[in-house]
Amino acid sequence: MPFVAATESIGRHVMDVSENWGRSCIFLFRTLGQAVRPPYQFHLFIAQLLHIGANSTLVIALIGLFTGAVLAVQGEYTLAKFGATAYVGSAVALSLIRELGPVLTALMVIGRAGSAITAEIGIMRITEQIDALRSMAVDPLKYLMVPRLLAGIIAVPLLTGMFITVGIFGGYAVAVGLLGLSSGTFMTQMISAVSSLDVYSGFIKAVVFGFIFGWVACYKGYTCGFGAVGVNRATTQSVVTASVAVLVVDYFLTSILTRVFME
Amino acid sequence: MISIRNVSKRFGPQVVLDRVSLEIEAGKATAIVGPSGVGKSVLLKLIMGIMDPDEGEILVCGENITRARSEHEKNEIRAQLGVLFQSAALFDSLTVYENIAFPVEQRFSLAKEQVHKKVIDTACSLSLERYLLSYPEEIPMGVRKRVGLARALIMEPSIFLFDEPNTGLDPVVGQEVYDLINHCRERWGFTGVVISHEIPEVFQVVDRVAMLLGGRVIECCSPEEFIRTSNLAVQQFMKGLTDGPIKIQ
Ligand SMILES: Nc1ncnc2c1ncn2[C@@H]1O[C@H](COP(=O)(O)OP(=O)(O)OP(=O)(O)O)[C@@H](O)[C@H]1O
Ligand SMILES: [Mg+2]
Repeated sequence: MPFVAATESIGRHVMDVSENWGRSCIFLFRTLGQAVRPPYQFHLFIAQLLHIGANSTLVIALIGLFTGAVLAVQGEYTLAKFGATAYVGSAVALSLIRELGPVLTALMVIGRAGSAITAEIGIMRITEQIDALRSMAVDPLKYLMVPRLLAGIIAVPLLTGMFITVGIFGGYAVAVGLLGLSSGTFMTQMISAVSSLDVYSGFIKAVVFGFIFGWVACYKGYTCGFGAVGVNRATTQSVVTASVAVLVVDYFLTSILTRVFME
Repeated sequence: MISIRNVSKRFGPQVVLDRVSLEIEAGKATAIVGPSGVGKSVLLKLIMGIMDPDEGEILVCGENITRARSEHEKNEIRAQLGVLFQSAALFDSLTVYENIAFPVEQRFSLAKEQVHKKVIDTACSLSLERYLLSYPEEIPMGVRKRVGLARALIMEPSIFLFDEPNTGLDPVVGQEVYDLINHCRERWGFTGVVISHEIPEVFQVVDRVAMLLGGRVIECCSPEEFIRTSNLAVQQFMKGLTDGPIKIQ
């Protein structure tokens, strides 16, 4: 009966996936509920902002710099075919602001801080520290998840802003310094091509990605299985799920935002 | 004070607790004993409401913790509990001092000096002064247990749930912990549950002993009766014999 077995296995899989979805949504709503309920613990939030945000600045700046630089080289190569090298500035800025800034920042933060958050919360789960919090009438969602979720929503857009700024600088340095484009052309073309709507769309993406990052990292840690293997699996799943989610959501957001802002 | 009524708990096919009923009266302490893996720790987690039973209900001070709809309602019941976990479950990112201060800081809005005084008082009563600035990873298991105990006692809870407070402690410190528990009994009127493998030492701090076996309470009586009972499983357990109704699994 291979057909029955296959159907059964597909059915079980679908049920698992929808159950997981349901649970993660309940988890999210309860965390958001705790976020608006006083007392507010700012020092926990600041500590997470430091961990997720401030400690990522160096690596984000480095990636931003080289992304901008490589965009300038690639842009010059492509645009030269159309005799349009004057537009390198616009190409670099638009790609960074609309697409690469938010996406690469999010992926980097997921790899660096998302895995760390999942592992930390997962270990707290398996060593009964989360149970201990609950036994002391302290809600783990409020104490652990709220600061991380909010810090993600704030830190990713800020880091994205930095990524883009440094990236444009890198692009400028390569285009003007190495490829010999005129500085005036680079700047004027860039300024005339980029509208505030491009910046809004990049910003909205960054906020959404920050939210996805915090949600997935916390949820995977909170539902971690037993032992070292459980933490291992949770961390892997956290990074994979969040990265895939960011890229999928990116496609839909881009389509929607482009359509909305065109009108 | 704590009523456990027909509580069952299963993990997949494994039945850990099978319609367990137990009354723990106000001002009385009950020891729960039984072989490893019978579900003593699980029973404690059911009482604190961090696991939900499959059947039955548990009342803590007349409040039904198994029926509580939200975590918020459960927290009101949990505010009366002082819990020591079997693994101590200290927060490993906080120092011993911060661990002991944690419940006070989270639940009351006291001034820093008041918190400090409470922490120092509690730490002194458990001889923990020299460890206050260490992290849990840096201190021996026996000390961690005492820190867990301090964290439970600092709130002066009306109900204590101690999961093996003495395991991993040397005999001298172990006796000190028993003295401390007795001291708390006199001071606050100890209501609670102490899980322990130390028979008969644990009898000096409890009024009743309940033995779990095969998911059920097979004996629940005073320590004197427990020692003299004719129940074969209890006899075997007390004497540590390998022959008898208790099979090593
Ligand atoms: N979260 C869980 N998921 C699945 N099974 C569990 C879980 N917690 C406990 N168990 C199982 O329940 C049984 C009872 O565990 P418990 O920790 O209560 O034993 P115990 O009586 O405290 O033993 P010990 O004296 O060794 O501490 C064990 O077989 C354990 O494998
Ligand atoms: Mg146990």
